[in-house]
Amino acid sequence: MDDPRRTLEAVWRIEGARIVGTLARLTNDVVLAEDLAQDAVADALSQWPESGIPQNPGAWLTAVAKHKAIDGWRRRTRLDERYLAMGHDLAVDATGTDGIAAEAWEPIDDDVLRLVFIACHPVLGREAQVALTLRLIGGLTTVEIARMFLVPVATVQQRIVRAKKTLAAAKVPFEVPDPTEWRARLGSVLNVVYLIFTEGYAATAGDRWMRPELADEALRLGRILTGLTPREPEAHALVALMELQASRFGARVATDGTPILLADQDRARWDHGQIGRGRAALARADALGRGRGPYALQAAIAECHATASSVATTDWGQIVLLYEALGRLAPNPVVELNRAVAVSMATGPASALAIVDSLADDGALRGSHLLPSVRGELLSRLGRIEEARAELVVAAGLATNERERAVLRAKADAL
Amino acid sequence: MKYMLIMRSDEAARQDYEKADINEIIEKMGAYNEALFKAGVMLDGDGLADSMADNFVVDFSADPPVITDGPYGETHELFSGFWMIQVASKEEAAEWASRCPLGPGSKLEVRRVTEMSDFGEAADNPVLQQQEQWRAESGQA
Repeated sequence: MDDPRRTLEAVWRIEGARIVGTLARLTNDVVLAEDLAQDAVADALSQWPESGIPQNPGAWLTAVAKHKAIDGWRRRTRLDERYLAMGHDLAVDATGTDGIAAEAWEPIDDDVLRLVFIACHPVLGREAQVALTLRLIGGLTTVEIARMFLVPVATVQQRIVRAKKTLAAAKVPFEVPDPTEWRARLGSVLNVVYLIFTEGYAATAGDRWMRPELADEALRLGRILTGLTPREPEAHALVALMELQASRFGARVATDGTPILLADQDRARWDHGQIGRGRAALARADALGRGRGPYALQAAIAECHATASSVATTDWGQIVLLYEALGRLAPNPVVELNRAVAVSMATGPASALAIVDSLADDGALRGSHLLPSVRGELLSRLGRIEEARAELVVAAGLATNERERAVLRAKADAL
Repeated sequence: MKYMLIMRSDEAARQDYEKADINEIIEKMGAYNEALFKAGVMLDGDGLADSMADNFVVDFSADPPVITDGPYGETHELFSGFWMIQVASKEEAAEWASRCPLGPGSKLEVRRVTEMSDFGEAADNPVLQQQEQWRAESGQA
């Protein structure tokens, strides 16, 4: 418990975004801010074991980083306005190590919000957005991010370095998007958070089907976001969706690691506290009175499952309606495939097969195991066993997750 | 992982609390709760009523159990409130707990919430599953 390194990691998780946010406001340079903060963290690692952990570790790190900024400018004799502003800022506070500990630090939520938008800035690729969001907002170390995504530490380091270079090259200012861009930019932020969640919910790589720690991280990011943008229904809806989906974690995997599909899950094992939180978050989104967006519709679908006592008593008609609405707002072949599954439950496999066949003709899901696995399922319910088996074998061949592949093979063998 | 922060206060702390400026306490606790909320770690929390009239103890040393007024008996430190937080490490739970605006005579007992995995093989025990079902039906968890 007294390990300064682990305490520092905990402090960084809690304060990292606000520290970098404060520094970015003072320097108007996110990249410099992050470098300064990391230097301060290095100082903490070498000093805290001797000096003890300061009373207010976040303020200590911020103050040390500010001093480093000023030293840097002094060395380069760039006594520009930023230096003067910060010099003034620091002159008001006490200086010296004792002063650092006592220095007042009032982080501003808006700084964190600006940081969120920059981490998910459209000049960055998706992988860079994910890595920067986890690093800057989630306060995760490079090693932690690498472990979560099952990639080498050097890969994550490289992504972050490149992302920072891109931000510098694009001269991205430290500000929130203007009203004309707000909706699209917020959408991209929500997208990044949900991407982190889905990688935890149904891992695309590795030998584990789920990585709950990644999903928990996404949930934390989502909750942080609702705190920063409490008037945005889709932010609440995203939290609702993640809570409702994560509530099934305990029931989705057998003791040997095999995935258990929705129909076969022991619903007593769903986390009903989490379902309650998810439903409350959806109610908050609805209460803002601006209608349901794509995340709210998906959350409402998840809520239909979460509140049903079995597959048979699920309101499949309502789910079909919600998928139809979702398909119109955000047309997407995966949504269409899910609608087919709901239709098969509401009105039978024949009408569902027609939807799947027209999707197959479009070719949008070519290369994904999802379409043949659903098609195989429908064919087997229609008694077309040979065709069903062939589809499931194709699906197993296309699945990238080991556990999922095994389930599909077993299904094909069982026919 | 989830932790419960269990607040316990001794008699002197409770008396200090009665004498203190309630608005100041509300403000400080409000700021603490807001920090937990904005950091995305807060799941639940509440304070527990102190009045003798509302509280009682069921003691299972006897059969049938004996009900007595007040939770106090031999207890000098009273369970007076709780938070439920979700964090990534024991150190993070410790960091949050130590930021709680409490004074002398108060303690936070920090306990990790058990998960199904803590029960190992016993997680398949029908009684445990029945318990989950009951929690489901009553809307608790």
